[in-house]
Parts: sequence; C-alpha cells; structure tokens
Amino acid sequence: MAAHRCGLSLVFILIFSSLACHSSCDSLENANEDTEEKQSVSDTPREVNSDGSIAAEDLNERRGRSTDAELDRRDGTRTSEALTPAAAARDEFQEELVIRPLHSGDIYASFQFRTLWDTDFLQEGQKVSHYRLFPKSLGQVLSKFSVRELHISFTQGFWRTMQWGQPFIPSPPGAELWVWFHDTVSDVDGNWKELTNVLSGIFCASLNFIDLTNTVQPSASFKPLGLGNATDHRFLRYATLPREIVCTENLTPWKKLLPCGSKAGLAVLLKSEKLFHSSFHSQAVHIRPVCQDEQCTSKAWELRQTLNVVFDLYTAGQGKKEWSLFKMFSRTLTEACPLATSSKVYVDITDNPEGELFELSPATPLLSQAVVLGDRRTYSVFDLTRAETFGQLRSLNLLLRWKGDGGEMLRPLLHAERYVAGFGLQTGEIHTVIYNNHPYRAFPVLLMDSVPWYLQLYIHTLTVTSKSRDNKPSYIHYQPAKDRHRPHLLEMLIQLPPHSMTEVTVQFERALLKWTEYTPDPNHGFYVGSSVVSALVPSMVAMNTNFTQDQPLFSSFVPVKEESSYFVRVYTEPLLVNLPTPDFSMPYNVICLTCTVVAVGYGSFYNLLTRTFQVDEPSLPLAKRLANLIRRIRGVPLLT
Amino acid sequence: MAAPLTLLLIVAVTIRAVLFRSSWAELISERVEVVSPLNAWKRVVEGLALLDLGVSPYSGDVFHETPFMIYLFHFVVDYAEIVFMIADGITAVALYLSIQTYNKNVFRKQKYALESDRYPADCLELLRSPKEMFYIPLKVAMFYLLNPFTILSCVAKSTCGLNNAIIALFILCTLKGSALLSGILLALATYQSIYPLTLFAPALLFFLQRLYIPVNLRRSSFWFFTLQYAFIYVGSLVVITGLSFFLLGSWDFIPSVYGFIFSVPDLTPNIGLFWYFFAEMFEHFRLFFICVFQINVFFYTIPLSIKLKEHPVFLIFMQIAIISIFKSYPTVGDVALYMAFLPAWSHLYRFLRNIFLVSCVLLACSALFPVLWHLWIYAGSANSNFYYAITLLFNFGQILLVSDYFYAYLRREHHLTHGLYLKKKDGTEATLVLK
Repeated sequence: MAAHRCGLSLVFILIFSSLACHSSCDSLENANEDTEEKQSVSDTPREVNSDGSIAAEDLNERRGRSTDAELDRRDGTRTSEALTPAAAARDEFQEELVIRPLHSGDIYASFQFRTLWDTDFLQEGQKVSHYRLFPKSLGQVLSKFSVRELHISFTQGFWRTMQWGQPFIPSPPGAELWVWFHDTVSDVDGNWKELTNVLSGIFCASLNFIDLTNTVQPSASFKPLGLGNATDHRFLRYATLPREIVCTENLTPWKKLLPCGSKAGLAVLLKSEKLFHSSFHSQAVHIRPVCQDEQCTSKAWELRQTLNVVFDLYTAGQGKKEWSLFKMFSRTLTEACPLATSSKVYVDITDNPEGELFELSPATPLLSQAVVLGDRRTYSVFDLTRAETFGQLRSLNLLLRWKGDGGEMLRPLLHAERYVAGFGLQTGEIHTVIYNNHPYRAFPVLLMDSVPWYLQLYIHTLTVTSKSRDNKPSYIHYQPAKDRHRPHLLEMLIQLPPHSMTEVTVQFERALLKWTEYTPDPNHGFYVGSSVVSALVPSMVAMNTNFTQDQPLFSSFVPVKEESSYFVRVYTEPLLVNLPTPDFSMPYNVICLTCTVVAVGYGSFYNLLTRTFQVDEPSLPLAKRLANLIRRIRGVPLLT
Repeated sequence: MAAPLTLLLIVAVTIRAVLFRSSWAELISERVEVVSPLNAWKRVVEGLALLDLGVSPYSGDVFHETPFMIYLFHFVVDYAEIVFMIADGITAVALYLSIQTYNKNVFRKQKYALESDRYPADCLELLRSPKEMFYIPLKVAMFYLLNPFTILSCVAKSTCGLNNAIIALFILCTLKGSALLSGILLALATYQSIYPLTLFAPALLFFLQRLYIPVNLRRSSFWFFTLQYAFIYVGSLVVITGLSFFLLGSWDFIPSVYGFIFSVPDLTPNIGLFWYFFAEMFEHFRLFFICVFQINVFFYTIPLSIKLKEHPVFLIFMQIAIISIFKSYPTVGDVALYMAFLPAWSHLYRFLRNIFLVSCVLLACSALFPVLWHLWIYAGSANSNFYYAITLLFNFGQILLVSDYFYAYLRREHHLTHGLYLKKKDGTEATLVLK
C-alpha cells in the first residue's frame, strides 16, 4: 500500500515538473521574441539600397533570426531556471571584409569581426557564466582582471605608409598590448603581470616577456577608445614586443575566438599558408565598452577582431595586376556565417568611378559611401546574407583586373620614420622624422617613445627642428629609466608647420649588460619598439578647395565640422641597436684573473704589514747541519 | 716661492683654457677612462635638465651626483669651465701648502732626533736636507697641475676634480691642525663619494700625535679627543645630509648616490676592476663578491693605521691610493691625486725596487687604453677582453707602485733605527729581508 502511494506521488511530481519546465521555456521564448521585435523595429532603416530590394534582405534576416531563436531555445532548455536576466541578454555578431587595391599594385584586405554583448563583466557579486557569441576565455579574463579596455595586436611586417596610405587599424611590428584597468583595481602591476601571462596562453604568444622593464604608462597618447573618460593613466599599461614573430600558432587561437570559427563566413578565407605569404600581416583583438543605443542608456561590450593583410604584387600575384579572392586566399566565399547579423564584402572603388582603372567582377549594384580617415570613399558592397550575391555557381570569387597603371597616390598627410645615427658601440642618436604633407595647415602631434633602460637617454640633448628652426615642444612628459626596472618614456606635443619635415633627435649611451642579460644572439642587436605618433589630422575632405569635383555648391562653402579632422596613429619602424658585449666564454677566467690582481694587492700589503725587516743570515749547508745534529747528541760544541 | 707657484698656475690654466676651446674637449669628455657614471659632466647637465622638466634627477638612473652638486651647478653651470680650473688650482695650492707644512714638521722632528743623537752614525746620508726639501711643495703642485691625468679630468669637467679639491683642503686643514675644519671637510668628502671615510683614521692619528696624546686605549685623553673629533665628523655629516634632504625634500639621493656606489649596477667600462668582473659574474655569487670587493677597500685602514701610526701623512697617501685603485668607479682624476704626493716621497727613491718597470707599465697602459677601446668599440676588431686586460695591467701597476713605496718607507724607517750598512755576524755585508 505504502509502495503504491509512493509510486503515485512520484508520477505526480514528474508530471508537475515537466509542466513547470514547459511553461518556463515558453516564457523565455516569448521574452526573446519580444526583444527581437523591438530590435527589428529600431533596425529598419538599415541600408540604403540602390535597387530597393528590401524584401529579400528582410527574408534573410528572418531566417537568421529563426536560427537564433532555435539556438536560444536549446540553451534555454539546458540551463532552465538558473538563467539570470544578464545571461539572457542579447548579443550580435557582424563580419566584414574590405578590399582596397593599392596604387603600388599590391592589395590590402582588412577583415573585421565584431561581437556586441550588453552584459556587464565588472558588476560586483554577479558572475557571468552564460556565453553565446562572446568567447568565454576573453570574458573570464575581462571579469577576473577588471579590464576596462583591452587592445592587443600581432603584426608581421611593417606598414609602408608612403606606398599604401593609412591602414584602417594601425599596429606596430611585433606584439602590442595596451590595457585600461577599471579604477577599482588596487594592484595594477600585479593584475597586469597576470593578465599578460594569461593572454600569452590564450594567443600562444610570448607576451609573458612583458614585465616592468618594457611597460610604460603613457600620459596622453593612449586614451580609452570606448565609453568612459578615464584620464588617470595609473590604470593604463602599454607594452610592445618588437621582436615578437607572428605565425600560424597565433592565428589559430585567434580564429577560435570567432563564433563560426573558420568553418563558415568570411573566416574561411583565413588560411595561414596564404596569409603569411604576404608582405604585411596584422591581427588584433580590441575589447571596449560601447553604448548599447543612441541614448547610451546601457553599456555593451564590443569585441572587435581585425585582421589586415597586404598581398604583394610580385610574391603573391606573380607580377600580374590581377587579383581574385581565390588568388589571395585560395578559397572562395560560399556563405555568410549563420550567426552573423550582417556579413559584407566591401571593395574600394573610389579611384575607379567609371571603371577605367580596374575591372571588378562580378559587378554589384550596391554602393556605399563612407568618410574613412578624412577621405570620402566609395565602396562596392557584396552582401553575403543574400543568396543572389553568390550567383549561379553558389560561390563568390571577386575578381579585380587592373587596366592601366595605378597612377599617383595622394600622399598621406602624416608620415613618420625613425633611425639610429652614429657609429661605434658607445653612444648614438635616435632620429625621428615626422612629415606634415598638408599644403597649408599646421597641426599638433603627440609623439611617444618608449626606450629600454639599456639605452641611457640624455634628455638635455633633445632637439626638435622643423624647417631648420628650433621647434620647442609645448608639452613634454619624460620619465627616466631605472636600470633593470623601468624603460624611458618620452611623450611630447609638437606643432608641425604646414608642408614640413620635423626632426626629433636625442642622444643615448649604450650600456654594457651583465652577461646573463643578453639575448642568445647578442650580436643581432636589441630591438627598440616603434614610436607612436598620434594626431588629429585635418581632413582631406576639408582640404579639397579646388571645386573641380562636382559637388553641390551649398555643401562646399564652409567645410563640415565633423569631417574637418580625424584621428590617426602612425607607428614608426622599430630600431635595432647593437650593444657592446662582454666575452661570453670566459666568466671563470675573468673571475680568476681579477681575483688574482686583488690578491696581489692584498698579498703585498699583507706581507709588508705582518713581517718585519731582518738581516738575512744564510743557513748552513746540509752536511754541516747533519754534523751539528750528531754533535748536539754527543754534547760537543756545534759547528758554525 | 710664490712666484714659481703663480707661474705654474698660469701655465696650468693656459693649457686647460686652450684645451677647453679646442675640438678635443668633447672627445675627452666622452672617454670612459676620464669620466665615470658617477662624475660625468654630461650627467650633471642631464640632472639639471631633469630638474628643469620638473622631474626629480634621482628618479632615473643617469644622475648620481649629490644634491650639493646640483645646487652648486644650478648657479654656476655657465661658468663650469672656470669652476673646474679653480678647483684644480685650489687642489694644487692646498697640496703645496700641506706639503710645505709637512716638510717643516719632518725637518723639525729630524732636527730634534739628530740633536738627541737618536740616529745611527751611518744614517746621515738618509737624512733630508732643507735644500732638497725646498722644491718639493712646488713639485707636488706641479705633479698635480701638469699631470696629463688631471688635465684630461679637468677638460672633461669630471666632478672628480671637485672631490679632489675637498680632499686636498681636508689634508691642508688637518696638517695645519684645525680639527674642526678638518672634520667638516672630511664629512663633505665622505658625503661626496663615501670612500674618504677611511681618511678618518690618519687624520685622528695626526691630531693625536700633534697634541702629544699617546694612542692608548686606557687613557681618557685619547678617548676624549677621539670622541671629540668623531663628534665633529659625524655631526657635520648629519648636518650635510639633512641639508640635502631639505634641498630636495626627499631621501631619493641616498640609494641613487651611495646605493649606486656600493651595488655597482652600471657596468660601463672604466679603469677599475669592478666592471668586467661583475659583468661576467654568476648571479648567485654577485652579492658575495660585491661585499668582498667593497670590504677590501675599507679593510686596509685598520692594519695600515696600526703599522703607520707614527706616520699619519704617509698613511693618508696610502689610503688615497688604495681608494683610487679599489673603488667601484675609479677615473684617472683619482689616480692623479695620489700621484701628486710622489715628489713628497722622493727621498725613498733609493729603496724603490721596481719603479722603472712600474712607470713603463703605467705609461704603456695609458697609451693602450684609447687604442684598445677604439679596437673594441669602433673598429670591432677586438673584443672586451683586450680592454679588460689593459685595466688589469694598469691596476697591477698601481698596486706595485703603492706597495713599492710602502716597502721603501718601511725600509727607510728600519734603517733610521738600525743603521744603513748592516753587517752579518761574520762581519760581511748583510741583506735585509722581510720575515
């Protein structure tokens, strides 16, 4: 009887619990549907299409949403009631590829993958444990180390500004890491040390070589790019590893952070054998808090993964000015990432409005205009979320065929380079040359130099000359190095006169290091990281006063304020400096020889101090001494 | 005597002024033999520049001068060349006057001893005549002012010249018998470069001798004077350090100046023994050897003071020489200071054993320093071992020189008590040995 009652109650409980589960899943789904609806309302003015094919796009979007909802439902059933409101928050993913044919005949491809998630990692007492599109490894890093903003880049090769113009996202050769910590962090250096080690593991890079000797706290050059106007640079850490070599082992973990991995979407193009057969490769991760909406009522986290690559005309293109996706990446595009809300390929056709410079196929009717780096650019847009983009072959292989010579490129307005002058291994001079190519506008730039301690800078030898006249910086922040503890940090604000070359020189002395402090290849030299030139450069749009282009007259009288200047960061070359070296093969010999000389000094003083002068009495010959021995026994007088 | 000294000063100043105006001045001021990280003029200017930028000069690792130096050069930075020439002049005049006083004392003592018939009969030729002693002070001044080492040091504007001036003034005040000034100047010298601390013992011995207080630990008069002098010395040291603190408002200069001297973090080559030794040192032995090498500098004070307690001036010479050989950042300016005393011991010449060898070694090394430096740093055809070998030889030569003078001094004292021509028991001529 008892058993029967027991079984009955068990059945009841089962039914009840299944009911409860169903209802909770339903309510979750409803909530999701609600937010989706709202989002789609706010998103309606999405893209101005030239042929007005909104219907197709809507269809596509709905499809994407339905897959999203399915995914959500699966997640929901798995985690049931434990779901917190924050975890249920929406996130979205966008991907895009910009292809810019360069005047040199090379081609520049820039990938950007953006994940946006309106959650708060830094909230006290709330642990974010439910991840969807945002990579969990990075989310945990953000919350554990109270990171407000994180920028990391790995670059192989040097961006040639004078040939290629400005990159979309500049980065110095080697690895660069800069982090703004939240202002509740008490032990910033400790957090920084741990963070670099963790990131070193995540990206398979030697970031663990970042320590206090190559970390600086720039006072003005690196402001937060996201929300919040933090100005206290105690919470900022900046370090570069100019020697870092970037290769496949860094690309693989970077790709793993993408929601679709390298399985679908634009990421299928990222094949390392092609990417690293290029003259410039840079991959980066930028995490920052951004506004959730226009009113900025709530904060969202943005993860932006970028990859920039420049394929060389001769090594990758066999000298033919003919580029295709297949030729560049040995893959073609077949689909968008199903998790992406937008997936687009842009091709820069600004210099080619009539198709006289190069031919682009397949042709696309979609055009988009944007002001990029102070210049108004026109792009052909290929929307991968639309089926007709892929045509009948079900694959998109963009083809760019140059017709004539590339022609002259507009010189970049700001350009900088750097070199070491002097000979011998005792002293030297660092020259930084900054060019302002603007014909009539002067503008200020912030120059930041971080020099390792073993080059002892002499700040009194700092000279800044432009147009062979002394140009006194209006702001100098200098932090001298501490041997084996801290690098030099030199930041200054220099006004660049129009159409000028400004030269900054500072002398340094090379230190002799301990033999264990040299790298395994000491005669290769030591790297000094790039100096960073940050500036608000007057826009080229505003510069355009010759009115030859057909612009409406009403638009060209007063230059538009927003476009009048734009922010640019230029990295110079890293330096390779030789230091004097000791002979690594003879520590024992040196210790022995020096100690011998000290012992000679000690010995001769000891000798003179402890002994006294005495008349030297020569000792008797051996035979006499033996005879004396016998005589002593016999008691006979001794011989002398 | 004033006229030759004036002439000497004029000649010395002219040489320096010409060199300051020549293109060599910059070359000389970069030489590692002439300037060390402690006293390079470039670093003084850097410190002033940092101060102008509103950065503490001690926040970096370039400036290692004391706060007094900043304060001094804050006002006279534009007249630096004159300051360094004046410093050299002061050193020379102070040495001149000290040796003059010393010679007078020596002569008086010799006269008393002669009158009381304390010297053996055959020692008369060891005694010093006023005639040969007359030019010694001038020679000392000349040895300092015209020594190429001093000239180089002055032209490079190495602050070593100023430290030398303080030490020379200290010697002058000591020999003139002013315990107060002597204590203050010794404190100043210690404050500048810590090592002159060891000169406390000879100064104390000199004053005790001058006041006829026997060195006896059971006598209260000995303790009274020792404590008095120590009080002056320590008191002025505390005052000077305190003043520096008020000048800068922080104690940063203590690790940056004295910590730098003791822990030898900068391994820039110089003429000393430290740089290559600690560049090649195994990391776990570093602390041990730093302690050994630093104790080595100070350690000789005690046995030397016991052995030479009757001869405090010679003890001063020995101490200065030992400091300049074994200190962590020696320059040729330090060498020049003790070399200036050599004419004062010209009567020891007959007992020197290997002065010819030593002078050849020192001359050859001085010539080889720039050559091997050029081969290593600029030509790239030699390596660090070449330069290191020369520093070793140079220090070896200096050690031989100093120990030779020590030997000669002791031997002369022995002869003055036991007679010059010693006989063996069998009446043949005997040889003296150390036993």
